[in-house]
Amino acid sequence: MIKNISNLGDAALYCDFGKEVNKETNTQVIKYFKTIKKKNILGVNNITPSYNKLIISFDLKKINFNKLKKIIDNIEITKSDNIQNKKFEIPVCCEKEFSLDIERLEEILNIKKEKIYENFFEKEFFCYMTGFIAGMPFLGDLDESLRAKRLDTPRVKVPKGSIGLTEQFANIYTFESPGGWNIIGNTPLNIFDNSKEKEPNLINPGDLVTFKRITKENYQNYHE
Amino acid sequence: MNKNYFEIIRAGINSTFQDLGRNHLYHIGIPFSGAMDNRNYLLANKLTGNNHNHPVIEFAYQGPHLKYHGNPINIAITGDVSFEIKKSDNLIDGKCYQSFILENNDELDIISTNKSVYGYLAISGMFDLKFQWSSCSINTKANIGSNNGKKLSDNQEINIKEINQSLVKTKLNYVNTKIENIRVIKGTNFDYFSEEGKKIFFKNKFKVSKLSDRMGMRLEGKKIENIVEPNIRSEGLIKGVIQLTADGFPIIMLSDHGTIGGYPKIGVVISADYDKLVQLTPGSSVKFQEVDLNSAETLFKLYDLETQNLISQI
Repeated sequence: MIKNISNLGDAALYCDFGKEVNKETNTQVIKYFKTIKKKNILGVNNITPSYNKLIISFDLKKINFNKLKKIIDNIEITKSDNIQNKKFEIPVCCEKEFSLDIERLEEILNIKKEKIYENFFEKEFFCYMTGFIAGMPFLGDLDESLRAKRLDTPRVKVPKGSIGLTEQFANIYTFESPGGWNIIGNTPLNIFDNSKEKEPNLINPGDLVTFKRITKENYQNYHE
Repeated sequence: MNKNYFEIIRAGINSTFQDLGRNHLYHIGIPFSGAMDNRNYLLANKLTGNNHNHPVIEFAYQGPHLKYHGNPINIAITGDVSFEIKKSDNLIDGKCYQSFILENNDELDIISTNKSVYGYLAISGMFDLKFQWSSCSINTKANIGSNNGKKLSDNQEINIKEINQSLVKTKLNYVNTKIENIRVIKGTNFDYFSEEGKKIFFKNKFKVSKLSDRMGMRLEGKKIENIVEPNIRSEGLIKGVIQLTADGFPIIMLSDHGTIGGYPKIGVVISADYDKLVQLTPGSSVKFQEVDLNSAETLFKLYDLETQNLISQI
């Protein structure tokens, strides 16, 4: 069961899985998320998993904190509750026009850009959560040599498809939005398709992601 | 006449279609959206005789100026709004919370909201809209919802799919009251702030900043000192959460908020006060008052009973 549940305001449960940010903790969060979602509990509006928290918001007209907490307290996950992770390979072009912050990273990380790309592309990433903007995956963990702070002043517009790095994570901007992550490339692949009624997002929490470097020509011809 | 529609002469500042919002999508980053002021949304629908909660036009500050083409239709406007109806032979001064009949070529000019932000226009029937994830609510930042996720623009047309057969005259005696005290429950990171900071939060007044929209309301005032860390690990948000940004000022999450965020949560506005909160105009002052979970639940029951009571009077 979830040990630490408190209230976030009067219409949400705040399930705390600790302070750590690692796959083990996050896998627990995702398992509970999937189990609770499947139960379709009356009155539950949204369930938001993140690194080490799970927030369950509800309709105060239908249920309240104590009643919902009792239901959630009785939910157990078993060893057989596996998260079935899909695998994705995301094509990324790192031409100058797309790698907006590569020079900044070379400077603050004190390594050459080819090494930055090498360390980035050889890694397999785990999707901790999606959100902030629709479908944006938070992927970890970056190689220790690549961990940098976000920009001091966020960009007003980060182009759609941008691959950003911050601290131990990489993300993908699913559409143009403000943002402060260090941009190293761009994918022609549509990560979030809002014309889809079901599963508009490609990558879900628990999925595994690798990136593959492509040329500008491949990038331009990607949709042909 | 086979087509009923509004021609938009002036779209207004931020006019969008809204309904009850969409659920079960936070985990992929899609916010709730929906009408900001839920009570006024429900009343607008009831005043136009709709049995269901149909999409309405929500406007902020200055509303749309529309010309109607088609068979007679009822409209109602809720909130605190100045508007006029121009008929071929006379000009009617509009009143909120009552129905008006629009006939072919009549014009409806929603001039402004008074000392409030949002107002609602409902019709006796259904706009012809595309739904996305079972809601038509428009989120202009993410381009989600009907009208391709964009706010209404000048010279476009709004088609009406269906008009109710019987047009009933309705009226409700109701005045929106403004509040200054917003009741909150302490947030999950309340202990991140200095004793002085906690006092400021509950004792001082804050001013609503101009940088407020459907996503969030920023507040200005005395800085609140964070003694732990300016950021937390990103985690889920809900509407009403008051985050404290690194510069020491509160920002309240509203209906189109990002689904996760990394600033500490100092408090959460109680559900009963949300409708009043969103109506606070830039420059208004706000004071936070602490309540516990039990009182918040009781206050919500009262708020809900009052809403049901108003609906039953129509």
